[in-house]
Amino acid sequence: MKSYILELPATEIIDKIKRQEVSAEDYIAKLFEKIEHEEPRIHSFITLTKESALIQARMIDRKIKTIKDGEKLGRLCGIGVAVKDNICTEGIRTTCGSRILENFIPPYDATVVERIKGEGGIIIGKTNMDEFGMGSTTEYSYFGPTFNPWDVSRVPGGSSGGSASAIAADEAGLALGADTGGSIRCPSSFCGTVGLKGTYGLVSRYGLISYGNSLEQIGPITKNVKDCALLFGCISGHDPRDSTSLPYPSKDYTQSLIDDVKGLRIGVVKEFFGEGTDEVVAKYVWDSIKSLEGLGASYTELSIKSLEYALPTYYIIAMSEASSNLARYDGLRYGFRAPDKNYDWNTVFSKNRRLGFGLEVKRRIILGTYALSAGYFHEYYLKAQRIRTLIRREFDQTFKKCDVLICPTMPILPFKLGEKVKDPLEMYMCDIDTVPANLTGLPAISIPCGIHHGLPIGLQIIAQIYREDLLFRVAYTFEQNCFSVNG
Amino acid sequence: MVKEDLVRIGLEVHCQLTKLKSKLFCNCSSDYRGKGPNTNICPVCFGMPGSLPVLNEKALKYALMIALALNAKISERMLFYRKNYFYPDMPKNFQISQYDKAGGMPLATGGRLSLDDGKIINIRRIQLEEDTGKLSYDGTIESSSTTYIDYNRAGIALIEIVTEPDMNSPKEARLFLQKLSSILEHLGLCDPNLEGAIRCDANISFGGGRRVEIKNISSFKEVERALRFEITRQRNLVSKGIEVKSETRHWDDVRRVTFSLRVKEEEEDYRYFPEPDLVPIEISNEMIQQVLSEMPELPEARKRRFMDRYGLPSQTAEVLTSRKALADLFEKSIELYPNAREIANWLASDLLAYLADTNKEIESLNVKPDHFAELVRLIDDGVISRSLAKSIFIEMVSTGKMPSEIVKGKGLEKISDQDYILQVVDKVFKENERAVKDALMNEKAINYLMGCVMKESGGKIDPNVVLQIIRQRLDQIRSVR
Repeated sequence: MKSYILELPATEIIDKIKRQEVSAEDYIAKLFEKIEHEEPRIHSFITLTKESALIQARMIDRKIKTIKDGEKLGRLCGIGVAVKDNICTEGIRTTCGSRILENFIPPYDATVVERIKGEGGIIIGKTNMDEFGMGSTTEYSYFGPTFNPWDVSRVPGGSSGGSASAIAADEAGLALGADTGGSIRCPSSFCGTVGLKGTYGLVSRYGLISYGNSLEQIGPITKNVKDCALLFGCISGHDPRDSTSLPYPSKDYTQSLIDDVKGLRIGVVKEFFGEGTDEVVAKYVWDSIKSLEGLGASYTELSIKSLEYALPTYYIIAMSEASSNLARYDGLRYGFRAPDKNYDWNTVFSKNRRLGFGLEVKRRIILGTYALSAGYFHEYYLKAQRIRTLIRREFDQTFKKCDVLICPTMPILPFKLGEKVKDPLEMYMCDIDTVPANLTGLPAISIPCGIHHGLPIGLQIIAQIYREDLLFRVAYTFEQNCFSVNG
Repeated sequence: MVKEDLVRIGLEVHCQLTKLKSKLFCNCSSDYRGKGPNTNICPVCFGMPGSLPVLNEKALKYALMIALALNAKISERMLFYRKNYFYPDMPKNFQISQYDKAGGMPLATGGRLSLDDGKIINIRRIQLEEDTGKLSYDGTIESSSTTYIDYNRAGIALIEIVTEPDMNSPKEARLFLQKLSSILEHLGLCDPNLEGAIRCDANISFGGGRRVEIKNISSFKEVERALRFEITRQRNLVSKGIEVKSETRHWDDVRRVTFSLRVKEEEEDYRYFPEPDLVPIEISNEMIQQVLSEMPELPEARKRRFMDRYGLPSQTAEVLTSRKALADLFEKSIELYPNAREIANWLASDLLAYLADTNKEIESLNVKPDHFAELVRLIDDGVISRSLAKSIFIEMVSTGKMPSEIVKGKGLEKISDQDYILQVVDKVFKENERAVKDALMNEKAINYLMGCVMKESGGKIDPNVVLQIIRQRLDQIRSVR
C-alpha cells in the first residue's frame, strides 16, 4: 500500500476501500502510523481510539467481502473520522477540552456519531478544542494547545482547531467540528480546510455538549468541497430527539456539486471588510470574487448596517446561554471532583468549579451570569435578542439583491501562539465575520482561497437558509477552477 | 385584635400528572415511587452533557385540560424558561419551567375556582414544569453528615397552579384544595392519593403585614394546620408590637410548627431566560377545541346533574361530587337499585363519617356498589330497621360482607317475621294491661308500648312494622269489646 492514500480526498479513499483496492484495516493502520508521527508536532487529538478503530475496520472488510446483492455499503465505508471532543461518543471519553470533564465517558452517542457509524465511518479519536468551545485559537484546552500544521509556531484557529489540523495533516479522512460563532470556519480558514456550518436546525444537536444552544451547529471539516458535501449529507436531516431540529429530510448534497456559476449574483458586504481586516486577506478575497466573475457570476457591493452590533450581540447571547449550560458541571454526578472533606454542598460546588474550569470559561460564565441577572436582563439579553432579529431582517433584505454573500472567513492570517491570549477583546474581534451566520442561523462555508507566505487564507460564502446546495455549487466551482493547493 | 378577614392567603400548588406514563422531557417511566434510587433515569432527565429535552405532547394536552377546567385563559404561544439556581437535587442546576414576566408566556393565566359558598378564588397562572430529584438524610437534615440524592423523580411532569392571595382563612385554603383536587381527580390526570402527587406552598400575610412563605406542605390537613399555626404566631408577634419578617418557613408536620428557613432580603435571582433547546409552542384554537371535546364531566356539572336527574339536595350532591370515587360509587349503586336519595344519604353521611373516623380511603374499602344497593333494598323491603341498618352498615364497610350475609349470620332475619313480632307484642300487652287500656283511649300512650316492644326485641324490629301491629292489636281489642 502506498502512503499517499492518506493524502487523497475521503471520497476517493472510500471508493478504493469499496472496490477492495485497499483494505479498511490497512488504511486505518496507516492512518494511525501517520497520527503517531504527527501528534508530537501538532497535537490534534485528546483521545485516540486505535484498537476499536482497527476492529471496526476489520468488520467492514469482512462485510465488503461477504456482501450480498441488495445490501448496501455505507456512504462513509471505512473512512477514518475525527470527532471534536464536545460531541458525545459512547464509551469514549468526551472532555470538551476541560478538566471538569477529564474523565467523563458518555453512555450514549450523539445523533451525528450514530449516523456516521451507520454509514460505515470509523471513529478514530476525539480532537482538541478550546475549553467548551470558547476561544478562537485552541490555546484554551486543558490538555494543551494544538499547533497549526502549516507553521507550528502559529495557532490552528479555534475552537475546532484539533479537527482542522487533523485534516490538514492527513491524520483523518473526515472530521466533525462544532460552530457557535465561527468555530468550524475559523480553524478551516487557518488550516486551509473546507468547513461548513449548515442552516440552524439541519444537523441534530443531540449529543453536542452545549455552549450556546441557539447559535451552535455541528458540521464537517474536510479536505475538499466534495468530502464536505458527502459528510454533510450523512449527518444532516431531522432528529426527533432535538426539538430545534427542522422537519427537513437528509439530502445527498454531492448532487449539488455543479461546476457552474453563470448568472450567480454575489453580494459583497462592506462591513465584512471592515477595520482590522488584513489587506492581504482582503486582496485574496477580492481576487476570488473577480475570478468567479470571470466564470459568469456578477457582484454588487452592499451594506448591512446592523452588523456593527453583531459581535456584542453574539457574545451576550452566547455567554448568557453558556452560564446556564455550564451550571450542570458541579462535580457531583460525573467529571472532576476536588478532594473534599465534609464541606457543605455550596463549598463543594464552588471548589469543583473553581478548579475544574479554565480562565476563559470562568470569564464567560461570569459575564453571562451578569447579563442574565435581574436588572440587567432587559438591558443586555433582551436587547441582544432584539438586535438579533434586526440583523436577521437585514440579511433577508440583502438576499433579495443577491444569491450568496462572499467575504473573508477570518480578517487576519493565522497568528502566533500566545499572541492574542493576553487580550480577550482582541481575540473576540477575530469572530467579526463569522458570528453573523450564527446569529441568523444562515448556512456558511469556508474554503481556502489562497496561500500567502505559506499560510492559508479562507473565503466565506453565506447563503439563505436551506441553500447549502448553492454554497456547495459556488465552493465547488471555485475549487475546480480558481484554486489549486499546490499553486 | 386583628380581624380574620385581614388574613390573606395565596397558594402555590404543584400537581404531578400521574396519568402520564413518561416524564416531561424524555421517555423514562414516570412511575418512580418505591423504585431503587437512580434506577429510573436516562441522559435527558439526568441532565447529562449533550442531552436535549423533547416535550411530552400528552403533558401539554393534560395541562390544557386542567387550565380549561379552571376557566383560565390559554396563551396562544407558550414558552419554556430556565430557572437557574444551584441545588444538588437539580441535575442541570436549572429547572425547565415557565415564567410570566420578562417576555415569558406560561400555559395559562387568569383562571378561577368558586367555593361552595360562592366565593371566587382567582388563579394567577398555570404552568408546566419538571420536578427535581429527592434528597434524603441519615436522621434529620441538621444532624446528617451525608446527603443522598435520588434523581428518579427528576423530570416528572408537574402542573403549577398559583392563586391570588384571595383566601382569608385556613379553612378556605383547605376547601380550595379539596375542590381543586376533586377537579383533578375527575379529569383523571392526577391521583391526589399518591404520596407527593400534590404538594403545596402557602403565602400568608396578616393584618397587611409582610408576606411569609411556608414551604413543603404535604397534605390538605397539614395546610390548614400550618396556616393556623402561622396565623397564631404572627398574631402573637403583632400583639407584642414585633414586626413580622418577610421570610420562608418550613412546616414541620411532626412537631406541628413552622420554622424559619431563610429570611428574604430581596427576591432571589433565578436569572430566568427562554430555554433555547425547546421551541415556542403555538396553541391553536383547533387544539383547544380538540381538548375540550375530550374533557370528562367535571364536579360542577356532575353536581348539577345529580340534582336535576336524581332530585338530590344541593348539599348532598356537593358532598358526593367532592370525591370522584364517591360520586362514581353513588352512580354505580343506583344503577343496581334506583333509590337515589336513600343511597346518596348513606354515602354522603355514614360512609364519609366512617372514613373520617377510621382514617381510611374509599379505594381501600372492600365494598362495591352492590353492597350499598342491597343495604337500601333490605331497608325498603322492611327486612331490617333503619337503626339496625346502621350497625349492619359499619360491619359491611369494615369487613366487606354483603348486608344479607350479615343479617343471616346474626340470626337477624327473624325480625321481619310477623309471627315473631306478634309474639313480642302479645307478651308486652299481657305485662302492661294498664298501658294497653291507656292506649285504647289515648293515641299518645302507644309510644310507651312501642318502647317496650323495641326493648324486648333488642331494637331489631322495624318500628314502623311494630307500630302497625300494635295498632292492629288495639283495633282487635276494640272490636271485641
